[in-house]
Amino acid sequence: MSDVADSYWRTGVLDPQGPVGAAQNTILLNATTIMLAVIIPVIVLTLGFAWWFRHNNARARYMPDWSYSGRIELIVWSIPAMVVLFLGGIAWVGSHDLDPSKQIASSAAPLNVQVVSLDWKWLFIYPELGVASVNSLAVPAGVPIRFQLTSATVMNSFFVPQLGSQIYTMEGMTTRLNLLADKPGKYPGLSAQFSGEGFSDMRFVVDAMPQQSFDQWIADTRSGGGDLDKASYLQLARPSSAVASSTFGQVEQNLFNDIVNSNNPVSGTPLTGHHSAPSPSDGT
Amino acid sequence: MLGKLSWAAIPFDQPIPMIASLMVMLTISAVLVLVTWKGWWHYLWSEWITSVDHKRIGVMYVLLALVMLVRGFIDAIMMRSQLALAAGGAQGYLPPEHYNQIFSAHGTIMIFFVAMTFMVGLMNFVVPLQLGIRDVAFPVLNSVSFWLTAAGVLLVNMSLVIGEFARTGWLVYPPLSELAYSPGVGVDYYLWALQISGVGTLLSGINLTTTILKLRAPGMGYMKMPIFCWTALASNLLIVAAFPILTATFAMLLLDRYLGFHFFTNEAGGNAMMYINLIWAWGHPEVYILILPAFGVFSEVIATFSGKPLFGYRSMVIATMAICVLSFMVWLHHFFTMGAGADINGFFGIMTMIIAVPTGVKVFNWLFTLYGGRLRFDAPVYWALGFMVTFVVGGMTGVLLAIPPADFVLHNSLFLVAHFHNVIIGGVLFGAFAGYTFWFPKAFGFKLDERIGKAIFWCWFIGFYLAFMPLYMLGLMGATRRMQHYDVAGWQPLMLVALLGAIIILAGIVLTGVQLVVSIRTREQRRDLTGDPWDGRTLEWSTSSPPPAWNFAILPSVSGIDAHWEAKANHKSSVQDGPDPKSIAVPRNSPIGFVLAFFAVITGFALIWHIWWMAIAGLMGVLMTVLAHAWRVEDEVEYPVGGEMPRAVI
Repeated sequence: MSDVADSYWRTGVLDPQGPVGAAQNTILLNATTIMLAVIIPVIVLTLGFAWWFRHNNARARYMPDWSYSGRIELIVWSIPAMVVLFLGGIAWVGSHDLDPSKQIASSAAPLNVQVVSLDWKWLFIYPELGVASVNSLAVPAGVPIRFQLTSATVMNSFFVPQLGSQIYTMEGMTTRLNLLADKPGKYPGLSAQFSGEGFSDMRFVVDAMPQQSFDQWIADTRSGGGDLDKASYLQLARPSSAVASSTFGQVEQNLFNDIVNSNNPVSGTPLTGHHSAPSPSDGT
Repeated sequence: MLGKLSWAAIPFDQPIPMIASLMVMLTISAVLVLVTWKGWWHYLWSEWITSVDHKRIGVMYVLLALVMLVRGFIDAIMMRSQLALAAGGAQGYLPPEHYNQIFSAHGTIMIFFVAMTFMVGLMNFVVPLQLGIRDVAFPVLNSVSFWLTAAGVLLVNMSLVIGEFARTGWLVYPPLSELAYSPGVGVDYYLWALQISGVGTLLSGINLTTTILKLRAPGMGYMKMPIFCWTALASNLLIVAAFPILTATFAMLLLDRYLGFHFFTNEAGGNAMMYINLIWAWGHPEVYILILPAFGVFSEVIATFSGKPLFGYRSMVIATMAICVLSFMVWLHHFFTMGAGADINGFFGIMTMIIAVPTGVKVFNWLFTLYGGRLRFDAPVYWALGFMVTFVVGGMTGVLLAIPPADFVLHNSLFLVAHFHNVIIGGVLFGAFAGYTFWFPKAFGFKLDERIGKAIFWCWFIGFYLAFMPLYMLGLMGATRRMQHYDVAGWQPLMLVALLGAIIILAGIVLTGVQLVVSIRTREQRRDLTGDPWDGRTLEWSTSSPPPAWNFAILPSVSGIDAHWEAKANHKSSVQDGPDPKSIAVPRNSPIGFVLAFFAVITGFALIWHIWWMAIAGLMGVLMTVLAHAWRVEDEVEYPVGGEMPRAVI
């Protein structure tokens, strides 16, 4: 019974499957514990003082003019200051250790993945491997993944709760994120930044697999066909929601950079997706 | 001729908005018919609509907030029931285009037209009375502020019937809110409603700041001001400093949408993150604009009902002003996940935590105010104790979110939603209700029903925990905010508990109406004839309940923080000494606020629908109204003291 209950609660952020998520879990637990050490006494004292100093308690001492004590004031400022000093340290060190752009130390060579948020699906490009997938992200377990992320539409946030850190995807900009899945498994991912009508279905699955299976997956994807060039990208970029996952066996060189630069008036090549496409759900 | 407006703007084909529109129109018509039938128009016009008395204006603000609380809560319970249904493969009963409007409207209404309006109302009513003065610095401007807020409220509610509301979330982040992605009128309704009411808020901030800085009773130095006035000062300074940022940010988005500018667009070098920085440069101070007056209410309530002075008054003042300044240095914590880099994130994380220090000091000082007191358990005390217990939990989760690496997994999740409801319900709303119950007898001359008052508290308290503790858990389990359905069937039980919590809160809201009706009916038994029903400490309790239009016939002279308490301790019958003057001049009523708001609604509506001739006509109306006001002949009216006094008696 307790196992069932345990597995019910321990999902998502509380069930980390990689070093980033695990470290964040530790921070969450430590910080909560430190603060509970102050907060629980405060709650108990609030209720205790209120009850003891009730107006009809003859045993309680009434001090109608008592409103200052230098010693208490000192303690009152010190307790939160000390807690914050401690937690501030955790925040500063944690921001540096777990900076999304910081690479994960590992003996395995990292895998580069480029992520594009579209209306309303995710495009994952494997630049060195020349393949791409939609709404499904296959990765080798135990290998650091270096993400470069952008958006071809409004802002979204790339988030796999069990692996850790999320990061925004923004049009015309590239963000970086490093994650690693310890074990093979399927981990749900989502957009954590509201992006319009199809937002709720903007989900994907991270499929972490052993290296061999991953190599096999690459081979299968390559032979599976599908060519992601500018034309098929523009087709894909048109708004659609609850899109089933699919793959492309071949990807045009530099597609990611072209998407990032597409609206840059200096270096950009026109690569309009949403703006020219009529949206069936828009309008008044 | 009518711009974008056509019959297609009315949602005949959608049953839910149509029923909602019909209900709104029926309610408004019913009120209008009742007022006409009872012949109340003259009374309403001369005693309320054109009133420039800060007490009347304060009461109207609070009434507006209570009405909008109902509207905002209907949105909330629709969201909760949608999420209780839409589990697994189910889609619930609200399609995304409707659901997205509901959560956007809920946030907008609850922040701008409930929390904000309630707090401004309390400050308006209480501050001049506590300062021992006759009115605010600019009484007519005060009426203009209120009516501009009401104009914003009207525009937001019109979007229910004509057109649509924003589907972008309550802060309309671009590029989603840009024309390319939101071509409808929803975002325009949002922007113009908030631009108009924002002007009202800014004017009100200037007014109250001036009042507190320049118009205090003789002898009331800054360190003798009641603590609520200090928190009101801090809050209004923040309004004066922060609201121009909001207005400018919205103005840039309006230029993008109306004149093809590219401040925040995806194209032509626009940068949406600039908007997000600016909106939070307003948005974080905004949460302190809301919570600081609530802190003031709790300070007054705890001290009054403990029968002793506030512990550590000076610390409280320093803490309040520290929060006021620090609140401008933390905005980036709303988007740690932008990828700004470790140093920036670390800095803003630490700054955010530093705010927790003065806040923590306040909690401890309330604790020691209870210590050594004789605590009477009247309804305001329930809210105050409920607040202390609840708010520290919200503070804790806030500090958790301030740790950047923790925020990377909690940002935008239901954990975040639970956190800010924890501080806004547990802090601002509990404070609003504490203040409402505490000062009601001062405003109307009789107390609210005590038993129902406590029942209301328990509904909100229990309802809050049931509704939001599950959201904390769901957030940790990976549930994000603003989703219209979800595929994890295991989340449904928690969503059902949250719905149950919302239903219990609904009971609390219904009881607020019942309490008002019952208390008015039995008002003769609950009259406050002394003017001091709670054994109060500050000057508002030294005048009658309700106070005369001029508050104090002779301005009280003050020698300590708790001026009224000290007067009672010295067995002085009143802090006012000397004979009453024969007559007193008070500001004359003025319809300018109402008329300006009328033209503001016309202008706003015209701009939303691109009806340019009407917008020009509306603006001309605004101009003519202001000119007419500038040429007024008299602006004061004399009242004989002891004669017929205009009082807010029901």
